[in-house]
Amino acid sequence: MNAPYRIQGATGEWEVVIGLEVHAQVTSKAKLFSGAATEFGAEPNTQVSLVDAAMPGMLPVLNEECIRQAVRTGMAIDAKINAWSRFDRKNYFYADLPQGYQISQLYHPLVGEGEIEVELEGGATKKIGVERIHVEQDAGKLMHDQHPSFSYVDLNRSGVALMEIVSKPDMRSPEEAGAYVRKLRSILRYVGSCDGNMEQGSMRADVNVSVRRPGEPFGTRTETKNVNSVRFIMAVIEYEASRQVDVLESGDSVVQETRLFDPDKGETRTLRSKEDAHDYRYFPDPDLLPLELSDDFLRECRESLPELPDAKRKRYEQELGISAYNAAVLTAEVETARWFEELLAATGKTGPEVGKAASNWVISDLFGALNRLGKDITESPVTPAQGAELIGLVADGTLSGTLAKQVFEIMLETGDNPGKIVEERGLKQTSDTGEIEKVIAEVMAANADKVAEYRGGKDKLFGFFVGQTMKAMGGKANPGVVNDLLKKALG
Amino acid sequence: MSVDTATVRHIAKLARIAVTDHEVEALVPELNNILGWIEQLGEVDVTGVEPMTAVIPNQLRMRPDEITDGNVRDAVLKNAPVAEHGFFAVPKVIE
Repeated sequence: MNAPYRIQGATGEWEVVIGLEVHAQVTSKAKLFSGAATEFGAEPNTQVSLVDAAMPGMLPVLNEECIRQAVRTGMAIDAKINAWSRFDRKNYFYADLPQGYQISQLYHPLVGEGEIEVELEGGATKKIGVERIHVEQDAGKLMHDQHPSFSYVDLNRSGVALMEIVSKPDMRSPEEAGAYVRKLRSILRYVGSCDGNMEQGSMRADVNVSVRRPGEPFGTRTETKNVNSVRFIMAVIEYEASRQVDVLESGDSVVQETRLFDPDKGETRTLRSKEDAHDYRYFPDPDLLPLELSDDFLRECRESLPELPDAKRKRYEQELGISAYNAAVLTAEVETARWFEELLAATGKTGPEVGKAASNWVISDLFGALNRLGKDITESPVTPAQGAELIGLVADGTLSGTLAKQVFEIMLETGDNPGKIVEERGLKQTSDTGEIEKVIAEVMAANADKVAEYRGGKDKLFGFFVGQTMKAMGGKANPGVVNDLLKKALG
Repeated sequence: MSVDTATVRHIAKLARIAVTDHEVEALVPELNNILGWIEQLGEVDVTGVEPMTAVIPNQLRMRPDEITDGNVRDAVLKNAPVAEHGFFAVPKVIE
């Protein structure tokens, strides 16, 4: 059990309470209510239909895929799916919102309560509740720095489908919030409902923070909008918690408000003044009937779910006999798990027979190399089939661990198959006892004094003979055979 | 439920509708009249009656996830008072 996270104030300890609203862009070709494309990075206002530009008389038509993906996401976090839901208008005026309202779901969201289990340092786990997931439209994008007196508006993002995933106020430290966002991102990417690309804004969070004396009721919270990385989310929590403790300890009270994070300064600041306090006047969107989902639709959603990270992790531990740590690393990202499973399939073996060697090779050798090259696993210069061949050559004794590392380096440089490299460069490990015995005899002859010392009781010299023999054979001798033969020869 | 002049000014502001003092005075009884009718409707006992969302039995239709629209930038920008470099240009809004 980890010690609870506490903020040391001048007057004692404080506890921080965190809730997150994560906006995740739903992976779809077209927008939530129009047939315009969603692809990132297009020329401004080229992916805008007259619906997205809110021209008079245009009507929204719901994209089935967006609903399907949100339902699948809900199922992946074991949430209640509401077969009857409805869209509401959230009314406000801003230059990035041509309709003058956002179509969202306040009263009857598509997905109800669920939960996400997160892994914390030291192997502890914690369940974080999810209050709801609703589907809504994204707004356009404003650019303020292109002209001295104008703001430019690009509506390409206007109308793109978002899932708003609202957590319960269940997190108690920046670490827990970070673990929650990483886990949520991992699940979304497994499900395929969001690409999780935080740099491109596909996932961003509104961070709700309050502080209290441990055990007391919740304090007043602030909401910091649109934070777009795990690191920034954690920084917001640290900054806000200590700011609020300072406010409270100086005798003031925390103002419930919306704040903005400045990544350059690592600070949050007030975003809107109270005078503009929002009154959204939600009401059911009269352009849209309630959304009713059939049993067939829901069944298809459930049946199309892949194996999720938690289940996969447990299966790896049980079936492959690998450590909890290795299983967690291999399942955190869907691409890693996919690569690893292709590797396993290519070895033609199953279970612990190959699991341990394969997982260790991926995590130490392959990840080490990818780190060095600055590539992710989808850009690996070595294919799963080549990795499997290399692991096979170690398993059947052709290569020693040291030789395998050499061969792997050559694979990275040339892209050649390991078998070909072993053939061409003669890197094969030898278990030929005759050849090894011959070398041992030479080594012993050249070091007669050391042989005498060893036989006189200096056991530590054994390592010296192993080293000399391996060196004389260019590292290609089977270390197990060398050990056995040396013991015999030295007596 | 009823509204006063302050409420009328507030909702007019939220809806970005300019109203003169004279109009506010006229709107207060008008809106209160409407609210009165709604209150009257509220007297009907609807226990156990499903809220009706359409007069004919109808379901929300969905469309397949296909790109069928877009690439109409000129049409989209045509009515904009100012457009530059393919963007709408609006008086600077800075938070």
